[in-house]
Amino acid sequence: MNPNPSRRRTLVLALLATAGLTLLFTGTASADLLTPEDGGSPNADKIDSLYKVVLAIATVIFLLVEGGLFWSIYKYRAKKGAVAAQIHGNTRLEIGVTGAAALILVALAVVTFVQLDDIRNPPNSGPDGLELADGVLTASTSKRLPPNGKSLNIEVNGQQYVWRYTYNGDGDGNTLNDPFSYEEMVVPTNTTVTLDIRAQDVAHSWWIPALGGKFDAVPGYTNHTWFKIPKPGVYTGQCAELCGRNHANMTARVRAVTPAEFEQWIADKQAEIAAANKAAQVSRTQIEGDAGTAASSTDQPAEAGATP
Amino acid sequence: MATVTTTAVPQIVAHDVKRPDTGWTSWVTTTDHKKLGIMYLVLTFGFFILGGVEALMIRLQLSQADNTLLSPEVYNQLFTMHGTTMIFLFVVPIMAGFGNYFVPLMIGARDMAFPKLNALSFWMLAAGGIVFYASIFFSPPECGWTCYSPLSDDQYLPSGGVDAWIFLIHLTGISSLVGSINFYVTIANMRAPGMGWGRMPLFVWAILVYAVLLILALPVIAGAVTLLLTDRHFGTHFYDAAQGGAPLLWQHLFWFFGHPEVYIMVLPGFGIVSEVLPVFSRKPIFGYKAIAASTVVIAFLGLLVWAHHMFATPSPTIVLVFFMLSSFLIAVPTGVKMFNWVATLWRGTLEFTVAMLFALGFLFTFLIGGITGIFLAIFPVDWQLTDTYFVVAHLHYVLVGGAVLAIFSGIYYWFPKMTGRMLSEGIGKVSFWLMLIGFHVTFLIQHSIGLDGMPRRVYEYPDVGNLEIYNLVSTIGSFILGIGVMVTVYNVVRSLKVGAVSGPDPWKANTLEWFTTSPPPVNNFDTVPRIRSVEPMKDIRRQVLRQQTEAPTPVPAVATETEAPAGA
Repeated sequence: MNPNPSRRRTLVLALLATAGLTLLFTGTASADLLTPEDGGSPNADKIDSLYKVVLAIATVIFLLVEGGLFWSIYKYRAKKGAVAAQIHGNTRLEIGVTGAAALILVALAVVTFVQLDDIRNPPNSGPDGLELADGVLTASTSKRLPPNGKSLNIEVNGQQYVWRYTYNGDGDGNTLNDPFSYEEMVVPTNTTVTLDIRAQDVAHSWWIPALGGKFDAVPGYTNHTWFKIPKPGVYTGQCAELCGRNHANMTARVRAVTPAEFEQWIADKQAEIAAANKAAQVSRTQIEGDAGTAASSTDQPAEAGATP
Repeated sequence: MATVTTTAVPQIVAHDVKRPDTGWTSWVTTTDHKKLGIMYLVLTFGFFILGGVEALMIRLQLSQADNTLLSPEVYNQLFTMHGTTMIFLFVVPIMAGFGNYFVPLMIGARDMAFPKLNALSFWMLAAGGIVFYASIFFSPPECGWTCYSPLSDDQYLPSGGVDAWIFLIHLTGISSLVGSINFYVTIANMRAPGMGWGRMPLFVWAILVYAVLLILALPVIAGAVTLLLTDRHFGTHFYDAAQGGAPLLWQHLFWFFGHPEVYIMVLPGFGIVSEVLPVFSRKPIFGYKAIAASTVVIAFLGLLVWAHHMFATPSPTIVLVFFMLSSFLIAVPTGVKMFNWVATLWRGTLEFTVAMLFALGFLFTFLIGGITGIFLAIFPVDWQLTDTYFVVAHLHYVLVGGAVLAIFSGIYYWFPKMTGRMLSEGIGKVSFWLMLIGFHVTFLIQHSIGLDGMPRRVYEYPDVGNLEIYNLVSTIGSFILGIGVMVTVYNVVRSLKVGAVSGPDPWKANTLEWFTTSPPPVNNFDTVPRIRSVEPMKDIRRQVLRQQTEAPTPVPAVATETEAPAGA
């Protein structure tokens, strides 16, 4: 048996495969497809920069280990007369590897903790953002607010297969009169928007990639996140937790507009609700009036039905 | 050198043992660990092919944007069946198959400790598979292999598919639990004389830890699915938030089982690779103790990381931080293993047999899965990556890299022992390269698909950005991978008839299973040698060589201490 030629062929193939994979790896890197989406909100940007730090460290480890692997495969392929060294191990090296791995992880943990505050905690709204009243929100232990306590709060409700957004109303205490929308959320630019994320049927997950990470909407719980969009624009995303057959079609859109446009939009919504309430009132009086004039004809069958 | 042995090797023939019956009843009624092992391997490989067909249908549907090949209902059923099949009916039980066949042989025992339980364990697995696949005749489950509540509640999925899934978990769970107790007792009590814990083959270490993890994790999932069953049919509300239940309870219970399950799937693969690498490097394993210890440490830490699957759920920051750090910790023993494997190659004389190629492919591939795991452990980064194709890519790098390539390495390594015939090395190499290239073409690009914003478990996606071309590349890769797998199936079927006769020890391997004939007789060994190191076959070969040079008279057999192992 003379396996040498086939061995060499195997090696060449292995090297070609590696080269190909490396090209693919770096190719996608240069096209910026090795990183998550960003650019919509500071938390998404911070996650992206944290990701890039991890990617850099990971690339070094990848090259070192795969380099060692391929070098060993090439250098120590069986050759005529070669005798394998009968080594059983090396305790110092083991300890060294353990320590080095631990150090890398400590570094990763430190980098994460440095960035964490800016990702988790919302900043204040910008000076040209929407003007917000003080103390709009009730205090909550799990919820994070900007340092000045002011944010535009929107309730996000996941339901098979659509997202519903409820805005804080005019403060009349009746949440039924709060402005709301489905699928498309309209928000003002340069304003810190905090979200209370809930679900009413099965679990969903709120995700607009450019505005930060995913936050699951689970029935019975409230999840929180925030974003702050600097420029007008439209950001799309979709439900990220399997929620049934049409999970793929449960899309979401966030449209950022100037604060003035936003106030106009809210006012329009409120006017619509007021108009609808008025129409309901009119029809209620009408029904009550009809009921009054036709009391004998409407009451009697009802009473008859109630009689045992 | 690599394939056929010409020098005299120790060989012990079983005398006065009745020729075994080979009809089908001998298989159905058997309690022999070797027959059961082969039945495990064949059955689970059948499920592997079924799961693979499901995967290819999924990839076909995703090969084009807005494809209408499959309905959302069928698509959800397919990925649920694919995941469930691959995990519960392929990777976990095929490791039990290898364990069944080789643990008794490697430790010099004549069977498992409880042969009848062993048969029960196999038939429970078969029953679980049948119950689950019977659901294709009414309505397969649509909730993914994780079956999150409330989606899995009867209100949202009233059909019996979820119940079939629950019974699959129960039946395969009993199968694994019974099997694990059997492995534990066998390994603890039936080792050959001289085989202390420190001389046990690393594959046996891996199966021991696999068994312990299964014993710890399975009761939790069994309880969890029982609660789901009573929620669905008997009016309880364990997971119903509207009635005071907790949907997150399901997620915690599921992942308390589900993460150890990952190690249950990959640790035996680590064990196989730890056997194959030293044999074909012609070198002792580097850092035996470090590898054995890291297996135990990984198993322990593996029980403490479950909520890293739940970083996006409404959970306090301190919980997220704890599970991030515990997940970091697990990278240390994994790194130690990686280092020792590469160091085993160092200064060896590597023979690129197909078993070795698959083991090297494992090292190359699994490293990438390990590294992407670090990204997912950092919870703010995970918020962007979780539930996208990035996670799909990561888990396939871990499970195909860490388990499937190791399984194929094991098939090529142990096939001669199980059948007495060699697999074709040439066909095997074709299979290896098709599988390796197909795998990376399928899954490397999926990282970018996820980073591009495509969630997992969607039956269609819009044609935005590069999504369509990426998905097409992935689909093409999956078919190359599928062809690669079928080439090995062809190799196995062909070699059963025409493969070269292997003899007892074709690889000049290190462990005790190569001491007996191929295939081994029913009682495995007439005499069991005293074990003096981690590599008993090396000692035996050395001894034989010494006797041949020193004593001119032929030696009847290897000088062994004819102590019968406990339980024989």
